[in-house]
Amino acid sequence: MLEIKNLRVAIEGKEILKGINLTVNKGEIHAIMGPNGSGKSTLAQVLAGRDEYEILEGEILFEGKNLIEMAPEVRAREGVFLAFQYPIEIPGVSNTNLLKNALNEIRKYRGLEPLDAMEFLTLVKSKMPIVEMRQELLSRSVNEAFSGGEKKKNEIFQMAVLEPKLAILDETDSGLDIDALRVVANGVNSIKTNDNAFIVVTHYQRLLDYIIPDFVHVLQNGKIIKSGTKELALELEEKGYDWLKEIEEELATK
Amino acid sequence: MSTEVNEIEELANREYKYGFVTDVETESAPKGLNEDIIRLISTKKEEPEWMLEWRLKAYRHWLKMTEPTWQNVNYPPIDYQDAIYYSAPKMKKVLNSLDEVDPEVLKTFEKLGIPLEEQKILSGVAVDAVFDSVSVATTFKAKLAEEGVIFCSMSDAIKEHPELVKQYIGSVVPYTDNFFAALNSAVFTDGSFVYIPKGVRCPMELSTYFRINAANTGQFERTLIIAEEGSYVSYLEGCTAPQRDENQLHAAIVELVTHDNAEIKYSTIQNWYAGDVNGVGGIYNFVTKRGLCKGINSKISWTQVETGSSITWKYPSCILQGDNSIGEFYSVAVTNNKQQADTGTKMIHLGKNTRSTIVSKGISAGRSNNSYRGLVKINKKASGARNFSQCDSLLIGDQCGAHTFPYLEVNNPTAIVEHEATTSKIGADQIFYLNQRGLATEDAVNMIVNGYCKEVFNVLPMEFAVEAQKLLSVSLEGSVG
Repeated sequence: MLEIKNLRVAIEGKEILKGINLTVNKGEIHAIMGPNGSGKSTLAQVLAGRDEYEILEGEILFEGKNLIEMAPEVRAREGVFLAFQYPIEIPGVSNTNLLKNALNEIRKYRGLEPLDAMEFLTLVKSKMPIVEMRQELLSRSVNEAFSGGEKKKNEIFQMAVLEPKLAILDETDSGLDIDALRVVANGVNSIKTNDNAFIVVTHYQRLLDYIIPDFVHVLQNGKIIKSGTKELALELEEKGYDWLKEIEEELATK
Repeated sequence: MSTEVNEIEELANREYKYGFVTDVETESAPKGLNEDIIRLISTKKEEPEWMLEWRLKAYRHWLKMTEPTWQNVNYPPIDYQDAIYYSAPKMKKVLNSLDEVDPEVLKTFEKLGIPLEEQKILSGVAVDAVFDSVSVATTFKAKLAEEGVIFCSMSDAIKEHPELVKQYIGSVVPYTDNFFAALNSAVFTDGSFVYIPKGVRCPMELSTYFRINAANTGQFERTLIIAEEGSYVSYLEGCTAPQRDENQLHAAIVELVTHDNAEIKYSTIQNWYAGDVNGVGGIYNFVTKRGLCKGINSKISWTQVETGSSITWKYPSCILQGDNSIGEFYSVAVTNNKQQADTGTKMIHLGKNTRSTIVSKGISAGRSNNSYRGLVKINKKASGARNFSQCDSLLIGDQCGAHTFPYLEVNNPTAIVEHEATTSKIGADQIFYLNQRGLATEDAVNMIVNGYCKEVFNVLPMEFAVEAQKLLSVSLEGSVG
């Protein structure tokens, strides 16, 4: 589904990603872990098409198509979804309004008829239990005066409605208490099918107790220095990120 | 209300839609302004002597006045002798139905999307359509007459209800008020007249579409609405104008009067030609709008969506004379390219426990300049008066300007006056967030702007709110790269 080949990315002349290679197949959950400043969020933003970043080298193929060439809204319509680390407030625009327009844009792109108000409402209602979404949040302005937990839940709720093929969760666990974390994780697990895929970007292992990854990649200093299964996350938790420096040095001397 | 993105997209890809000129044989006065021209206008309109005298007084007063320069706008000097002050589509006889209206005129209305025939049946909105300076068709008159509501052109009102016109014209905006008010009083050609009798709730929203059509004809509309004790009326004013190479002056006057327990809700969508990207050819919109809350517990509410004109200069105001009277001003003013707007309101609190609310949303894009100018004045005797003002500015791009000029004069210690102001920019973060959900940048901007204006759109009548959203997207087309 997704193939990243030797991706090098800079912002304001500073190289952040220094040659990333990653393949994600449908039905898989990949966790990307790493310390602050390792380039995790940059990778998430670049996949979604943020234009502040300069692609120095490399390729990103999504279902065989060149993702780098696509505008962010085209990527979204192709089925790439980013759950933001810091969801943005849009005053005066209701959650429902945003979602209805977004969904119908995506449907139009795929040659489907737009949903009318009733069909849309039925769909939305059916998705609300996934993250225990309160009705009241639907009519409120997007993320405005939402608590930290509500914002993150709202991201997952949007994901549930828009049904992306590839969902990228950018530190969705940050700032969540354990109950909210469980709700969000349960939401992700119920959205997960054999046809979609997830990239879960996180600093901590604890999210991975609830969302079980098929693969864990450790990002350090702009490179994936180690990949493994879910046990790698536990090992990392145990040994701490300092352990990575040793690995990095080891790799450098090879 | 949901933004209909498809519709906006379609609209955004258009040139100024209403830039066409209807080919109707027009009857025009020669260029220039003098007492003879004023006599000609008065004669053409078959006015009584007192009306002519009033016009001439206004004209003589105007001659002694100088054009104001304090507003935050720039334009080359206007040659008042180079304009035509009267132009009417020629009519052979008085019309009894729409079938008799010049087909060209009807086509114009169709292009504007307001076919009278359909409106009659579908919308339940009575339309007094002003085509250039003469009303060509008035609908729903019978229904309104049943309730005793008078809704007619100003010309007809002068002929048919002279006692009412004589009593109220100039009572809220005297011809001495300002330069453009004096000019209008001298040369006004038509407009609307509304009279709601005691205790009547007007059964439909009254609507007038103004339109400037004949080349070089300044439009001097004059509207007068009187709401007697315990009555209510909602009035909609919507404007479009054809594309022009020369600047056109529009100096209208609107006067509103509410008696005890009466309410007038006045909504405007102003979409006159704003000029090209360099500001060439747009309308100068210098308007005096004022309402007098004369009676106790009376209410006047102005709502405006200003997207057009190359220069907008207007301050719909309320004089809160009756005790417990209420004044409201809700405004969205959009400027793009080289448009200039200096707009706001005046809330003059005279009576006890009078209340006013001001919500102003300015949006600047391109190289435009958008100023809010508002006066809140609490008179000595206005004990318990309250005002709340909220003035927000939204900037799109970095070459535009937003300015806020609030003036406060509080002469009563019991008054409570609150003022809030914000300035914000549409953030790249917001646009990216919406992009990431599948919306194109233009749609994202429309959505953000519509959200920003929501408080104002919420008080607009439904069909106006939909139109306002479309207009905003057209006005801001191409403003985000």
